[in-house]
Amino acid sequence: MKVLKIATAGSVDDGKSTLIGRILYDTKSLTDDKLEAIEEKSKQRGFDYLDFSLATDGLVAEREQGITIDVAHIYFSTPSKSFIIADTPGHIEYTRNMVTGASTAQASIVLIDARNGVVEQTYRHFFINNLLRIKDVVIAINKMDLVDYSEEKYNIIKGEIEYLVSKSEYKGQSLNFIPLSALKGDNVVEPSENMSWYQGQTLMHHLESLDTKDIKDESQTRFPVQTVIRPKTNEFHDFRGYAGKVYGGDLEIGEEVVVLPSKTKSKIKSIHFFDKEYAKAKSGSAVTITLEDNVNVSRGDMLVKVTEEPTITKQLDATICWMDKDPLQISQKYYIKHGVNDGQAKVTNLSSIIKTDFSGIEENPDALELNQIGDIQLKLSKPLLVDSYKKNKSNGSFILINPKTNNTVGVGFIK
Amino acid sequence: MWFTYIKDMIMNQNTIQVDALESEAIYIFREVQAQFEKPVLLFSGGKDSITLVRLAQKAFYPAKIPFPLLHIDTGHNFPETIEFRDRLAKELGVELIVRNVQDNIDSGRVKEESGRYASRNILQTETLLDAIEEFDFDACIGGARRDEEKARAKERIFSVRDDFGQWDEKNQRPEVFDMLNGRIDLGQNVRVFPISNWTELDVWSYIKQEEIDIPSIYFAHKRKTFVRDGMIWSAADEVVYRDEEEKVVERMVRFRTVGDMSCTAAVLSEAKDITKVVEEIRNSSISERGARIDDKRSEAAMEKRKQQGYF
Repeated sequence: MKVLKIATAGSVDDGKSTLIGRILYDTKSLTDDKLEAIEEKSKQRGFDYLDFSLATDGLVAEREQGITIDVAHIYFSTPSKSFIIADTPGHIEYTRNMVTGASTAQASIVLIDARNGVVEQTYRHFFINNLLRIKDVVIAINKMDLVDYSEEKYNIIKGEIEYLVSKSEYKGQSLNFIPLSALKGDNVVEPSENMSWYQGQTLMHHLESLDTKDIKDESQTRFPVQTVIRPKTNEFHDFRGYAGKVYGGDLEIGEEVVVLPSKTKSKIKSIHFFDKEYAKAKSGSAVTITLEDNVNVSRGDMLVKVTEEPTITKQLDATICWMDKDPLQISQKYYIKHGVNDGQAKVTNLSSIIKTDFSGIEENPDALELNQIGDIQLKLSKPLLVDSYKKNKSNGSFILINPKTNNTVGVGFIK
Repeated sequence: MWFTYIKDMIMNQNTIQVDALESEAIYIFREVQAQFEKPVLLFSGGKDSITLVRLAQKAFYPAKIPFPLLHIDTGHNFPETIEFRDRLAKELGVELIVRNVQDNIDSGRVKEESGRYASRNILQTETLLDAIEEFDFDACIGGARRDEEKARAKERIFSVRDDFGQWDEKNQRPEVFDMLNGRIDLGQNVRVFPISNWTELDVWSYIKQEEIDIPSIYFAHKRKTFVRDGMIWSAADEVVYRDEEEKVVERMVRFRTVGDMSCTAAVLSEAKDITKVVEEIRNSSISERGARIDDKRSEAAMEKRKQQGYF
């Protein structure tokens, strides 16, 4: 089954929960008992409508305050595809949760209230989509019923977003504008009778037509070794396999590879998946590989094709999103996790804070606070095997971990 | 020409493209093995933990699963599940650790519930925490899925718990891309959920595709049952409390989720094989946990249990 991961962001006021509820309802993904529970709770709270946010706001604190605090995952499927929606809070204080939710998404829905047009939150959401280089972005212009289904209003908002695109560095996304009313059901699953001027697809038709292949499946091949498999049984006495996931391209038997960082060359001898052997492993597959030669390979090492070597470096230039209450400061030390590889990193420079509302940068700040995004330089305790995030999504990102608290405090995108 | 064609065909058949969800789960298992000293797989004998076992096999083949299985036995499990558990552990050649809730009841550390809705489900937590301490487990792998319940929908793949097993739901570590941070302090442990992103239908489809053996109670069978609150309960064993006026009738049923006999209701079903079960799930209008009385106690039932160290 093909799986498409979608990120959404926004507050309850944008009608996001209503939209998700509408999608679940119209695709018949809400079971009777869940629907009954929503009906009962809505009535109990004195609402005269079904409050679908009750289906997704899973924590007590969220229901008490009527806001989304953390990423929720919502699952539904149509005959052709499975969908996972990472539903994230849109407030500025939850920027880190937006980045978290969007980091694994192939597509993103930016929700706009037609009455208010593009607001600060829209900027931020759009900025994060660009930072993460999300391939498919849907601009869902909601509450069209409250602006008399006005084409003019739709065009103004479209123009504002197109202006944002012109100001941003990343222009590779495929942008689609869909006017809808989640409450009334216009253009969500069923085409709207109220907007004959709109000739495009409904939201669900559009999502169904999207390719589930991510940009990260179309870069140079990377095979980071997670663990070495040595069964030492009679049957597999000399078996020495390297277990990991293939990223980017494919790997084939007989192919010449370089083991990094040792730069030893060898050839792929066999590709195993469970009790069978294969000639070729496609991108995204978690397999086990053996090599022709007896080379020294351990966790964190990487197999790559001979003509496709990544950069081996002890210094990183990166854009980072800060996720911790303790701010990032120059000369602080952190653990760095790059894929399955671990090391230590020291912040040597904090050159700027980038404003998520496209208003520019603040140069040479003292610290990077929670939910801020900035440019930094790091010195590393050992060489890492990296690509720029632009060229290779899976090998171009890392996380920083605070050695005192063990918490994940930042996510970085290598330049 | 025909030769290249056939060669291409053979080569294509010989290409492996692992499904995204399966690949993700295998990747998670390998991260657990690499990042922790003493992981354990929590095995209940239910379909989700059986699926976990198959994924763990795939992650480390041709080596054996590199950690033991742990079963917290409430003493109220279906006998079919226990038989199945013992057989599977033997086949895998993996150590099976069993810890009994009954021991804690006997020693007076926990008090058994009484009355119509009495269940040992919540008592499992104490026994689990004891076992974690006894063996110094630093990672407990479980089969919870985000689609099961809305508090679970919020939980991370690597979920950090403190000495008391508590889940701090408002202060979870961000999980970005597929990088999993398993660093913990002494005394903390991590609950790991490799099939977080699977739905119930995904699990059943996988069991079908992989031809995985599951306990017979998942398939339609005749069973002595009684009805309470619109749900069907097994009357085959005295651990389920029954009022005298609740009449026992033989019905064709199967279990959709397998927990304790005291908190797991059956569903009417004619689905005697896996194909029919998958079809039934696909067309079902009731959610899986709709048959779990433990979730019906309050809207926040699961979140509360999790804060106290429940899985």
